[in-house]
Amino acid sequence: MTVINLISLWLIPVIIGFILIYGTIKKVPTYETFVEGGKEGIQIAFSIIPYLVGMLVAITVFRESGALDFLMNLIRPYLMSIGIPAEIVPLAIIRPISGNAALGITSDLIATYGPDSFIGRLASTMQGSTDTTLYILTVYFGAVGIKKMGDALKVGLLADLIAIITSIIVVTIVFG
Amino acid sequence: MVNIIWVVMTVVGIVFAMINGTMDEVNKAIFEGAKEAVAICIGLISILVFWLGLMNIAQEAGLLHRLSRIFQPFISRLFPEVPKEHPAMGFIISNMIANLFGLGNAATPMGIKAMEQLKILNDNKSSASRSMITFLAINTSSITLIPTTVIAIRMNYGSVAPTEIVGTTLVASLFSTAAAIMIDRYYYYRRSKKGGGR
Repeated sequence: MTVINLISLWLIPVIIGFILIYGTIKKVPTYETFVEGGKEGIQIAFSIIPYLVGMLVAITVFRESGALDFLMNLIRPYLMSIGIPAEIVPLAIIRPISGNAALGITSDLIATYGPDSFIGRLASTMQGSTDTTLYILTVYFGAVGIKKMGDALKVGLLADLIAIITSIIVVTIVFG
Repeated sequence: MVNIIWVVMTVVGIVFAMINGTMDEVNKAIFEGAKEAVAICIGLISILVFWLGLMNIAQEAGLLHRLSRIFQPFISRLFPEVPKEHPAMGFIISNMIANLFGLGNAATPMGIKAMEQLKILNDNKSSASRSMITFLAINTSSITLIPTTVIAIRMNYGSVAPTEIVGTTLVASLFSTAAAIMIDRYYYYRRSKKGGGR
């Protein structure tokens, strides 16, 4: 455990140091190159704004109106019938849609049931093993101006479903 | 597809508010959502500027190139349409490595750079290419070695072993990534059967 903590603490500074030393050895004008590359970041961040505003307003309206809760109650019995614990259902549904909301639910589950309970471990694994599909889709495609997403959304959401199911199976086998 | 989902979420929300009497919440939601989105983008500026600057050094120094050489045999199979020496490879690999270590902050800028390169490869079309969909599928199911945020939360709530979920997370994300790649392939072959190939 201390090893993992140490790694996650050291990793970023070590990577930064390594790139800077490597660049210096290769005679790259490091500072100027950094500034040049960084400029692009400002432009990208601003170009994402309209995509994210559109998506987040839709998600927030959907959630705050009570429609999300309604949908959740509609799906809940089906998810429970394939063995997904009732407590975890909201997290399973929200994880692909909203990263912040999912993090909130995970914290809440861990606080309520305890981090070392079955639900706490399951919520932790689920939170860690998938990413927010809708956010990634919006940011990545938005940043480079992709308008037609093709099968990307379907593939992403199906992968999330698999991730949720495997989380439950793995946690049940390991900690069950 | 996106247009439909976007409209459905918003309109269903509004209609629901009419029935449910949650118009007040919806009014707040419109502004809260927009505000949150801008806040996220502003927050992204610092991360994007820093990591894109650093990655520019890595690229100029030839570090990305070397990195992509090492992982080429494996990654090339996943992205058959990306030429071996193409800069997209370096960014895709750095993005995967950042995700592996739970460095979401660093992963996003590299992912965006990878997308940029993939778009150039796709003749700058505004529709998603096969490689882009594969890249997204892998990203959304991200293989995670160290889920930093979750470990921090578990520590906060006094877990006896905050890192005990590292193993289960790794296995679960390995399976889901494998599944994501298979689902992606399935849709690709379905598309190419219909013709067009993309």
